[in-house]
Amino acid sequence: MSILVSRKTRLITQGITGSAGRFHTLQCREYGTEVVGGVTPGKGGTLVDGLPVFDTVEEAVKETGANTSMIFVPPPFAADAIMEAVDAGIELVVCITEGIPVLDMVKVKRFMEGKRSRLVGPNCPGVISPGEAKVGIMPGYIHAPGHVGVLSRSGTLTYEAVHQLTSRGIGQSTCVGIGGDPVNGTDFIEALELFNEDPDTLAVVLIGEIGGVAEERAAQWIKDNMNKPVIAFVAGRTAPKGKRMGHAGAIIAGGKGTAADKIAAFEACGIPVAPTPADIGETMVQALKERGLYQRCLTVRR
Amino acid sequence: MNVHEFQAKQILREHGVAVPEGYVAEDAASVQDIAQRLGGRVVVKAQIHAGGRGKAGGVKLASSPQEAAEHAQNMLGRPLVTHQTGPEGRIVKRVLVERAYEIDRELYLGLVVDRESSRVVFMASAEGGVDIEEVAARSPEKIFKETIDPGVGMAHFQARRLAKGLGIPAELSRQVTGFMLGLYRVFVAKDCSMVEVNPLVLTAEGEVLALDAKLNFDPNALFRHPELADLRDPDEEDPAEARAAEFGLSYISLSGDIGCMVNGAGLAMATMDIIKHFGGEPANFLDVGGSADVQRVTEAFKIILADSNVKGVLVNIFGGIMKCDTIAEGVLAAAREVGITVPLVVRLEGTNVELGRKLLEESDLDVISATSMADAAQRIVEAVRTGGGAQ
Repeated sequence: MSILVSRKTRLITQGITGSAGRFHTLQCREYGTEVVGGVTPGKGGTLVDGLPVFDTVEEAVKETGANTSMIFVPPPFAADAIMEAVDAGIELVVCITEGIPVLDMVKVKRFMEGKRSRLVGPNCPGVISPGEAKVGIMPGYIHAPGHVGVLSRSGTLTYEAVHQLTSRGIGQSTCVGIGGDPVNGTDFIEALELFNEDPDTLAVVLIGEIGGVAEERAAQWIKDNMNKPVIAFVAGRTAPKGKRMGHAGAIIAGGKGTAADKIAAFEACGIPVAPTPADIGETMVQALKERGLYQRCLTVRR
Repeated sequence: MNVHEFQAKQILREHGVAVPEGYVAEDAASVQDIAQRLGGRVVVKAQIHAGGRGKAGGVKLASSPQEAAEHAQNMLGRPLVTHQTGPEGRIVKRVLVERAYEIDRELYLGLVVDRESSRVVFMASAEGGVDIEEVAARSPEKIFKETIDPGVGMAHFQARRLAKGLGIPAELSRQVTGFMLGLYRVFVAKDCSMVEVNPLVLTAEGEVLALDAKLNFDPNALFRHPELADLRDPDEEDPAEARAAEFGLSYISLSGDIGCMVNGAGLAMATMDIIKHFGGEPANFLDVGGSADVQRVTEAFKIILADSNVKGVLVNIFGGIMKCDTIAEGVLAAAREVGITVPLVVRLEGTNVELGRKLLEESDLDVISATSMADAAQRIVEAVRTGGGAQ
């Protein structure tokens, strides 16, 4: 079991004919994801490495039964691509594109109200359920099947955390990168709800960063609702105020969003926080041992 | 992206939002002429991007054209140091000369994108002219908020409700609500990330004016606003940060002595954190991005080493789609081209890591190879502390 993506995933890529879209689509297929086609307006009827290309998401869904879309469309058109996927009834839309104007995302969020689709991203590495399906740009081989969920606003920092888990023998149920933009789809709490209900996830690593109050809200939600151990890490203890640290959402503004506040919130809710990024794996190992879950989570054969 | 006050006010004026009558000047003689035309009693305002100008002496009232010229003389060509500029301040190149008004009341208006609601939120407070963050912390009930539906835009009743909260007299209500609706139009039309009018003033003559105005624009939306690119003032930008941006690098200079080069923003922040954890001070944040090719890595080295405070460099790369051997080659080529004389610690992990480490170890360059983030941070902190080169 897993969340969001699995063997039931039937993936299309919006922007499949671009170089990044094509490369990562084939990487996902190589990993074992059921890739059924792609969409590029004006390129309908052509093939990308044997995969059928459609002009619209609606056609792609009708012809292939796709239930998941991965978006590589350039920033000026990406919001439109998300709405097209939502309109076509795609269950899970994973938007990799970085640099979408924030007011475009405000409109997308409004458009999605009352619709059944779920959005992950934008500006994210995607979602992977190791051994089942990969929908994103993360390197598949660092992951291993198992029982720890990983949830993060970051890309390469997530790979770092996953690598630390795998090298300690701890596999992952699903790893979700929710992205570094201020207005995005699935947030920490929604993903935590899914992990909480997933019988195969026994614990969760949450990786936050400066900016906003999503970590503080997640900490409270975990305390009130989560029946599985969670450990956290927050990047940006040394980040100066008022500077955008790469991600559009990673900025300490209006006196809110400091790493110190977030760490204090996690600790106040009884959630262990890794003191450095090098301690994420070890902090999880300790939490699993304390709950008697360590042996069950040791799923990686060496 | 930021713009000057006079540019922000020009944009407001174009969208029908009332601002004081005023003109920009670059020399004292022009200031005197403008003041004469405006009736003698004017305010002279230094034009730099940083806030806190009033307290720092960058905003002066003059009761005659001669006095205005004197104020301008004292500001132009000199650094203005405010709490936002740092100790070196910013050189004042222009002043805005505005007609002075008899002010009855000072109010605050602001618009931001609210992460929690994923909507634009319009904020208003009767306590204008002061730091709104202080008001928010001290008495949040004094800030009125309206969340705006992007499908509909700001509704009239929302503006009326804000005006009522501010205690606007009935005879000025239409002017104030019109002002608010105009401000929302500017926010959307120009893809702002923040709009702040502090203070919005009600004058004794019954006018409603933006006495000060601050606009920030969403950098991701600049592709559809070519007109805003012309408003950029390179003198107000950190030259290293601007140069980095040209090469697709995200760079922020900091005050420490350990230069960092990392792929990914989250990992870059985490790398700064771990340097600090082991007793060092990062000199910068630098994200080389997902496609760290030789040219980018070379450029990144140049930018890091141009900072004379840098006494050592830590490269931390988690190769995903990018292979570690390619990155190692890039680091070596760049190091050769740039000529690195300070200790260099490289930590590689991910795809083809063994090949990458082997390349570094076999090279003729003094590269300290590290196996983990903690190891890397400890090694660079130690190397910088002892001032030693590679081992």
